[in-house]
Amino acid sequence: MSDNILNVSRRGFLQGMLSTGALVLSVRLIPEALWATEASAGSNADRAILHPSVFVGIDTDGTVYLVAHRSEMGTSSRTSVPLILADELDADWKRVKIEQAVGDLRYGDQDTDGSHSVRDGFTSMREAGATARLMLTQAAAQKWGVPVSECESDLHVIVHRPSKRKAGYGELASAAAKLPVPKKEELKFKPKSAWRYIGKGATSYDLTDLCTGKAGFGMDAHVNGMVYASVEHPPVLGGKFKSYDDKAPLQVKGVTQTIPIKPFTPPHHFQPLGGVAVIADNSWAAFQGRKKLNVAWDNGANATYNSDQYRKELQDTARKPGKVARNIGDVDAVFAKGGKIVEADYYVPHLAHAPMEPPVALADYRDGKVTVWTCTQSPQAVQETLGEVLGIPKENVTCHVTLLGGGFGRKSKPDYAAEAAVLSKATGKPVKVVWSREDDIKFGYYHAVAAMYMKAALDEKGKPTAWLQRSVFPPIGSTFALDTTYGDGGELGQGWTDLPFDLPNHRVENGSAVNHVRIGWFRSVANIYHGFAAQSFANELAHAAGRDSVEYLLELIGPPRIVDVKATAPDYDNYGGSPTEYPLDTARTRRVVELAAEKSGWGKRKLGKGAGMGIAVHRSFLTYVATVVEVEVNDQGEVKIPAVFTAVDAGVVVNPEATRAQFEGAAVFGTSIVRSGSITAKNGVIEQSNFNDYPVARMNEAPYKTSVYIVDSDAPPAGVGEPGVPPFAPAVCNAIFAATGKRIRELPLSKA
Amino acid sequence: MMQIKVNGVERSYDGDSNLPLLWYVRDVLGLTGTKFGCGMALCGACTVHQDGKAIRSCVTPVSATAGKEITTIEAISKNGLHVVQQKWIEYNVPQCGYCQSGQIMQAISLLKEKPKPSDEDIEGGMSGNICRCGTYQRIRAAIKAAAGENA
Repeated sequence: MSDNILNVSRRGFLQGMLSTGALVLSVRLIPEALWATEASAGSNADRAILHPSVFVGIDTDGTVYLVAHRSEMGTSSRTSVPLILADELDADWKRVKIEQAVGDLRYGDQDTDGSHSVRDGFTSMREAGATARLMLTQAAAQKWGVPVSECESDLHVIVHRPSKRKAGYGELASAAAKLPVPKKEELKFKPKSAWRYIGKGATSYDLTDLCTGKAGFGMDAHVNGMVYASVEHPPVLGGKFKSYDDKAPLQVKGVTQTIPIKPFTPPHHFQPLGGVAVIADNSWAAFQGRKKLNVAWDNGANATYNSDQYRKELQDTARKPGKVARNIGDVDAVFAKGGKIVEADYYVPHLAHAPMEPPVALADYRDGKVTVWTCTQSPQAVQETLGEVLGIPKENVTCHVTLLGGGFGRKSKPDYAAEAAVLSKATGKPVKVVWSREDDIKFGYYHAVAAMYMKAALDEKGKPTAWLQRSVFPPIGSTFALDTTYGDGGELGQGWTDLPFDLPNHRVENGSAVNHVRIGWFRSVANIYHGFAAQSFANELAHAAGRDSVEYLLELIGPPRIVDVKATAPDYDNYGGSPTEYPLDTARTRRVVELAAEKSGWGKRKLGKGAGMGIAVHRSFLTYVATVVEVEVNDQGEVKIPAVFTAVDAGVVVNPEATRAQFEGAAVFGTSIVRSGSITAKNGVIEQSNFNDYPVARMNEAPYKTSVYIVDSDAPPAGVGEPGVPPFAPAVCNAIFAATGKRIRELPLSKA
Repeated sequence: MMQIKVNGVERSYDGDSNLPLLWYVRDVLGLTGTKFGCGMALCGACTVHQDGKAIRSCVTPVSATAGKEITTIEAISKNGLHVVQQKWIEYNVPQCGYCQSGQIMQAISLLKEKPKPSDEDIEGGMSGNICRCGTYQRIRAAIKAAAGENA
């Protein structure tokens, strides 16, 4: 028995999916004893302990079933991860059927976040594919009475080279299932030259369904007898209703019932916010009923939260010494000497994910068990959360994962699924909870608001001799543990402690901030505000030194070298990647800068009046990205973005077309952040509500063309869903400076 | 009792006449290809055709559609895929895909009015449809390609 691959043909994990005799493999990267270990939902520890696991089944008719254990929210995870396995299996992609996994610890980590689906799956999927292929090869050799070494795969068949005999995978599946699983050492992986799909990619498995309205999203889930619910949440985090009147709501045609939901026990984690649910026979009637509830609230302690005042507090904190997260040399000694000092403050507000599909879940609770259909980035968090909220074992929660109409981190938090489960239990019926857009904007797990303070001392050539950077933001940890006010190694490792500049004296600090709303992961997370400050400041120094932005940036990065961040930043976690597999390699940082500059025609193209180009480089989720943005600013100060040039080194890229799409999309997502993204609170209540007051980029505001250049690399695969976002905002603002001389230190532009 | 014609089928409806068409097609008829995004005609995810022209079904009361022909994404093409759908596939437009029913319905309507749309026409016609994944440049390319085949 191999260390990490288990033949589970008789376990029936995929019952109903495969006929008897099918070959089923599961992959795991940890000892079997740990499989049953429970870990807390969605925490970094959870991700660190458990690793991906996947099933492949080959039926006697040759159909290959690949289980997608990660969620599809537009990044192609559901296609690209199984594609790796199909390649190593030498399977015909046209004969592959993808099955979406339910939440189950046996699949390992199922969180579709942190841009790590391909990274996690790359080795394990190939092991699973190579194992299945070897077993099929052995079965063929046995059948023909020839040495295994004379047989090899060739697209869904095993061939005996000397005799040219062939047998299909389906034909061999039953015999292969009887064989012991080969040891890992016996596996032979395809050379890169033999890859059929890795590096070539495939279009989304669901592409046609997505263009014909047939694709099944959470919003589309349906079971007979279901009712619809809409929940009036406490307007302030931690608030409770004092009273409400359901006479008027019950007069609304279609409304059948109102049900109170009890408030969460702090910390809020993924629990329902509480409030009052209106049950109806269609979504709209439930919305209408809610408007007539007339709830009196006790808003509680967070009613003191005002964004204007909070911003001043963050900025004050950012100007005071904080907790040191990385230190090299002695910046204070250099600053004390005087000379040329540059200081700047940067600010990025709260942001809401606003996926096009608002949170939605359908739950059916019966006899201590619940079945859920929902758009979730974390089906195991659904199991854990619903188990806790309902007081049932999490094994009694079955979570079916639908397609996600966008996620961006919002759907990692299954509070809405918990609402559906609570309401199904209360009504005795299947209940579909539908969040309105207003619910989505007003009751998010917001991207943290952040203030950054930067200070550098420059020598006579304009090179920094000391560099201090300090960020202050309410941390994501506040969602999971009370009194968490400092960022953890993960947040601070996102474009902050890992700044790849060659600095003799360098200190990275973090200040304390108390949360007053729910804070959560948002596409590229802390990299957004950290990257904005670091890359804007680098550009400010280039101008202070009177230097070309690209040349100066390359000088800041310094010579090609491996940076041991952890040596000077003990809590640095490198996105969970090992420092040997995924070192911070400035040769790669430099290469993307040079490539983006070259492709954009940096310094070579003559730009028109009011036009300018800006550059930013940022490594996140182990991927190196440099982005050049070209802007045109008219006399009214309106900004157009005619062109974006992005260079990407993500190691081995499994699906180049999907990768390009992610970076095109990241430029649009980044445009929303730069132009208009801002969530603010007044007396604890979120002031925005829909796309009118929380605008996101439309076609006429988006970059006209984003060109993506992927570096050919043999490095292990890294992320592609998020890394395009962080360099975008500073590149735009650096371009605006080049075009107009106006420096943007606060986002978004609409508030400048 | 109202008579509502959706995808060529005449249906009787006696529920709330203020019910938006969106929820009628989704929750009553079970035609879920049309999506809910904002409820205020701000995002275009709910776009359907009324007598061949794009409308926002989330703000159109079902009563206002009496006597009109409503077409949803499910019936936009009777034989195989509409050319716009074909181009959507060829240009690999969707990411999450949630907004794409609305985008496709809007694009088909746009091409009816402007068979050879300029960039400005496309921006004018499509900027009411939000794609949070940011597929706009592929949408533009797919529309141009579809226009090319309109000739």
